[in-house]
Amino acid sequence: MKVGLDVGSTTIKCIVLDDAGQILYSTYERHFSHILEKSEELLRRIPAQFPAASTAELAISGSAGMGMAESVEIPFVQEVFATRVAANRLAPGTDVIIELGGEDAKILFLTGGMEVRMNGSCAGGTGAFIDQMATLLKMTADDMDAAALRAEKTYTIASRCGVFAKSDVQPLINQGAKAEDIAASIYQAVVNQTIAGLAQGRPIKGNVLYLGGPLTFSHCLRKSFDRTLGVTGTCPDNSLLFVALGAAFYSDQMFNLAKVADRLQERGASETYRSQPPLFESQAEYEAFRLRHAKAAVPRAPFGADYAAPVHIGIDSGSTTVKVAVIDQEARLLFTDYQPNLGNPVPLIRDVLQRLYDEHPALHVASVTTTGYGEDLARSAFHADYGVVETVAHFAAARHFLPNVDFIIDIGGQDMKCFKIEDGAISNIFLNEACSSGCGSFLQTFAQALGHDVREFAKLGLFAERPVDLGSRCTVFMNSSVKQAQKDGASIENISAGLSISVVKNAIYKVIRAASPEELGRNVVVQGGTFYNEAVLRAFEKEMGVEVIRPDIAGLMGAFGAALYGRGKASAHQTSTLLDRKTLTDFRQETENRVCGLCGNNCQLTINTFADGGSFISGNRCDRPVTGKADTGTRNLYAYKRKLILGYKPVPGKRGKIGLPLCLNFWELLPFWHTFFTHLGFAVCHSPLSSRDLYLKGQATIPSDTACFPAKLAHGHIQFLSKLGLDAIFYPCMTYNIDEGLGDNHYNCPVVAYYPEVIAGNCPEVKQTKFIYDYVGLHRPKDFTKKIFDILRRHFPDISKKEIRDASDAAYAEYAHHMSLVRKEGERIINQARAEGRRIIVLAGRPYHVDPEVNHGIDTLITRFGAAVVTEDSISNRVEKFQTTVLNQWTYHSRLYAAAKYCCGQPDMDLVQLVSFGCGVDAITTDETQAILQAKGKLYTQLKIDEITNLGAVRIRLRSLFAALDDETRKEA
Amino acid sequence: MEQLQYPRFTPEMKKTHKILIPNMAPVQFRILAAVMEQAGYTCELLENCGSQVSELGLKYVHNDTCYPALLVIGQFLDALASGKYDLDHTALIITQTGGGCRASNYIYLLRKALAKAGYGQVPVVSLNFSGLEKDSGFPLTLPLLRKLLAVIYYGDLLVALKAQTEPYEIEKGSAAAMQEKWLDTICRWVREDKGYSSHAMKIAMPKIAAEFAAIPVRRIPKVKVGVVGEIYVKYSPLGNNDLEKFLASQDCEVNLPGLMGFLQYCIYNPGETARLYGGGFLEKHVPTLALQFIESMEKVVIKVLKDNGYHAPLPFRELVKLADGIIGRGDKMGEGWLLTAEMIELVQAGYENIVCAQPFGCLPNHICGKGMINKIRELYPQANITPIDYDPSATRVNQENRIKLMLAVARERLGEQRAEEIPAPQEPEKQLSAVQSLTAAVQSRTQDSNHAKAMV
Repeated sequence: MKVGLDVGSTTIKCIVLDDAGQILYSTYERHFSHILEKSEELLRRIPAQFPAASTAELAISGSAGMGMAESVEIPFVQEVFATRVAANRLAPGTDVIIELGGEDAKILFLTGGMEVRMNGSCAGGTGAFIDQMATLLKMTADDMDAAALRAEKTYTIASRCGVFAKSDVQPLINQGAKAEDIAASIYQAVVNQTIAGLAQGRPIKGNVLYLGGPLTFSHCLRKSFDRTLGVTGTCPDNSLLFVALGAAFYSDQMFNLAKVADRLQERGASETYRSQPPLFESQAEYEAFRLRHAKAAVPRAPFGADYAAPVHIGIDSGSTTVKVAVIDQEARLLFTDYQPNLGNPVPLIRDVLQRLYDEHPALHVASVTTTGYGEDLARSAFHADYGVVETVAHFAAARHFLPNVDFIIDIGGQDMKCFKIEDGAISNIFLNEACSSGCGSFLQTFAQALGHDVREFAKLGLFAERPVDLGSRCTVFMNSSVKQAQKDGASIENISAGLSISVVKNAIYKVIRAASPEELGRNVVVQGGTFYNEAVLRAFEKEMGVEVIRPDIAGLMGAFGAALYGRGKASAHQTSTLLDRKTLTDFRQETENRVCGLCGNNCQLTINTFADGGSFISGNRCDRPVTGKADTGTRNLYAYKRKLILGYKPVPGKRGKIGLPLCLNFWELLPFWHTFFTHLGFAVCHSPLSSRDLYLKGQATIPSDTACFPAKLAHGHIQFLSKLGLDAIFYPCMTYNIDEGLGDNHYNCPVVAYYPEVIAGNCPEVKQTKFIYDYVGLHRPKDFTKKIFDILRRHFPDISKKEIRDASDAAYAEYAHHMSLVRKEGERIINQARAEGRRIIVLAGRPYHVDPEVNHGIDTLITRFGAAVVTEDSISNRVEKFQTTVLNQWTYHSRLYAAAKYCCGQPDMDLVQLVSFGCGVDAITTDETQAILQAKGKLYTQLKIDEITNLGAVRIRLRSLFAALDDETRKEA
Repeated sequence: MEQLQYPRFTPEMKKTHKILIPNMAPVQFRILAAVMEQAGYTCELLENCGSQVSELGLKYVHNDTCYPALLVIGQFLDALASGKYDLDHTALIITQTGGGCRASNYIYLLRKALAKAGYGQVPVVSLNFSGLEKDSGFPLTLPLLRKLLAVIYYGDLLVALKAQTEPYEIEKGSAAAMQEKWLDTICRWVREDKGYSSHAMKIAMPKIAAEFAAIPVRRIPKVKVGVVGEIYVKYSPLGNNDLEKFLASQDCEVNLPGLMGFLQYCIYNPGETARLYGGGFLEKHVPTLALQFIESMEKVVIKVLKDNGYHAPLPFRELVKLADGIIGRGDKMGEGWLLTAEMIELVQAGYENIVCAQPFGCLPNHICGKGMINKIRELYPQANITPIDYDPSATRVNQENRIKLMLAVARERLGEQRAEEIPAPQEPEKQLSAVQSLTAAVQSRTQDSNHAKAMV
């Protein structure tokens, strides 16, 4: 008899084989993280059912089984390895296995050089991810699969990590995209993630085997893999049990199962995890805490059926909930409503409004103000009077509770917002970037995974004696920390408390990055639904060492603030523009999705049409589908730069065709190299602007999935060039950049400097074409001419020294000309903006941030707010070299510091920094840039960008920035 | 240009201040501390670890900064907060490479963190070979440099000897005890200002190796694992969750290529830079001279290892060539081409199972680590490389699981190798690896016989 036990992240699987190798018994169960208990129970169940198996050969496998196996001294088989053992026996002839588990994704290449790949620590879960997405769509996993089969199209969902994808999915839900289409998009994202993260350039072909829960249960997921890979994979019998089978096959030591169970039981009794002090020492402490917080209550007034005084309505259409607050002229609360957002907020809001009309026949609505993610949609659907950016709404509400508030933190379902208040205006905003969304919905998902309701789950933690210490990073990491803690015997109470504490730590150390509470201010208001959770509230106070105000309407502050905002704006006898009773009764909403098609961006538009003929378009990057007019780009230096770069066209020459990938530093050096090679008699072709499609075509060859998105795009550009029938592709390694004299050195960052090495090592395309990627230095023009001659002579022996000299003279001249054009146009834009009284935003990034696929249209978005956009390199030459508090050694970043410095002296100019996710250099530059700006009282705004195409968070930041700037201007006036 | 305000480490402080040294490579740094003491500094090698170290790092340094910076800075802050040191008479030392990687900025981040945490008075000394921080630098005189080189070699030797003995020792703990004994002896020599001339090394090193070789061993083939990576997480147990110990617990022989390779790499690069992009005579030739000087010591170490039947690293001169055709030697940020070359060296030497360790999001390793694995595998199909990311909240269980996967494949191959003593002719690709495994087998047999000799 052989027994194999596979303890995965969410399920436990067990196999009993008889001596002939036939399956006697098998089981597949969720363990709800009761790993030890469940394993113990299984090991007792087997001998009870099969007395012959009371002593059997036993091996344990699975990601959660490792530590456990060791502690009870049972042989452990790494799970991928176990899969292979099973596949060799049960499915000989298999070339590739794709196995998705609860949190792991694996690809095994069995033939042609055995190789096994597992997702890296960042790539997030797959099964758990699908579950999470299903929860978001309010579906079971089966429903989602069925829905996906009815899909008509797919949306782009970031495929790198679950948290990112979530922030793509949520807006789609909010915009009213069809659940069927979203479901299909989610599966496609899983496929993309698996291929991009794991195949790493190795083609998946031949006989493909699909294993693990998600691939077994989801027909649609298998189809998506088949389609994407161009194969027909099979999902064998017992596809859930391969790891357990492998463990059973592998087992060769006899154990008495009951005895092993006993040892597990003993082990379960010992707690070995890392803990931290409890939230409350005593019941009395808890009571005092409750009493204190009960004081922060908003005054209320009765709201009878005959109520006829003017009211102000605030609607906060958030990412996961819809909140409505109604207040009277004295700001007393009359009515509140709080509902989970079931995908489309519009019908929910309609029902609430209808109810208000129905229940209060004499209702006089003075103003309606919308805020939150769905602000625009709700405003246009119901003809609300005002829309206000959520940060401002929250500030209005917080000030109502604590007039001298100097710090507000709001932890909602999906997002975390913190703002510092100075002199009565928002002076600094911290929003969680897509990577640390571990907020309310994170706690909720966890509670559900552990089989609890979120409220009850949070309460469990209040009196936990030894809360688990879980780091302060993203959700995905947290999953495995929890797993580990459970394995180490932490009780659910201690895990609950630990999770609450980690949410707080995430906020403080990851989002705000505060070193001490004094830094944040002493008058703190906390809000957002998550703070109803007393464990989180307590953890926050303890971590910060400060007593905070939590309003009794913590979860409604957006709506309350919006109502207050409307109250402040409305004139004395105003009647709201809100749809009246009749039109509201007839209200209808139709949603249609289509591709805009008015320009090359091909935005996926979601068009909401309402009964009164009004419509609301979302998903657009510019105003063209709304106004019908194209953006002329006259106050956008990014657009001008794109135009300049795209103006370099191939000129037929005697030496054939050479290709340049329009990625990373080519965004600045294209003028140089284009001129250089054109002079040498090459027709110089470059790849086009990046696009989603271009990225996907190259993604399979990316070896490191944590590199920045601009670098990963290079693979697509090379793939594109390889199809052009070129004589060579030129992409040089460049340790050094041009020395502009602004810093202590003039390096490129390691990725920009050496990415051609990655291309050469991983892209099969460059093996068919001559790929020239030698090390080149433009910072020493004389040496450059000599060195490039040697390099090119190796490939083109007929090139003469004179040709090279002339070409490089022309190239340096063209580069200088290009930079001067950029600076001239920058000056023109600045002057024009000043003449028109517009704000000027320095959208500071790197040259490659000009690529629309990299910046996701943020440049255009800013111009749509009425401001002008210039680049960092258009003004960096206006400053002398100055001392920074970091080593100023990268050319691109020296420009950034210089631009920040220059902004400080320009009242109408503000800097917004674009940061690509994964840019390690920016961990240093962002703090420095912020310090430079804040030293002169300037606001600092950072926008973190990645594959993500959702501009929701970016919009909030920018609008908050403009609101704060307007506030400042008003005060100065 | 205005000067930055921070306390400088003045020559007078040599007498008044205690210098705290972060612990990167435990063996080599212990001797390093002795050298500094001999040079008249009071210093202490930090041993503090635990979760509060990374927490302090997270608290005072941008969280997306690389893990080594978080740890080193956290370790300093934790030490300063311990109350063990007189804060007005304590200084810190940190290395600075001056390369294009963000590591060159650690010292600035450290100073910012010190100011933020209220230790603004604590001066930081920069240990670098790039002429940075002249006002706070650690004056590297030639004699001192020589001593430093010598101790790194002693350290590397002790690490290599222990690593190749311990897994096979019959009496557990004997290799560790031997290493400890020699560490003490060498530190004593250093304090007595002796033992680092090439003459002394030529006498001491064979003795050390012979004593290790005399430890009774049973050389049953074990899985051989090489560790490469970002320098801090490669060496520091604090940074890599006790990787060496974990691998040892999995019954492996671990090869951590020495610290000297990195130093030679640092010396080599300016010359290469001058060759690639142009530069003066000095830039081109001073590195060559320095490397020649080091080579004379390198020869001793290699010879000593070989004479006693141990695997010896390739001379740097040869190591450099391994990068050819795989990665350009112009890749000099972080561990650059050296990391790639070390992987190839390991694979060629039979340490074909490799952990490539880096901090999460390490920029240079996107290129020279993860970026080169495919290419190495193409050339050496037997290469079994697993990249592991380290980070404040990457869990040990995840890391170990991935390493175990690598080990499972390694063990299976080891079993196959043992089974097929004489390889049958196969397809060309397989033949290559078969030949190599045969060579490895032959080598290990030679080693065994050598050991047998040594034991007699």
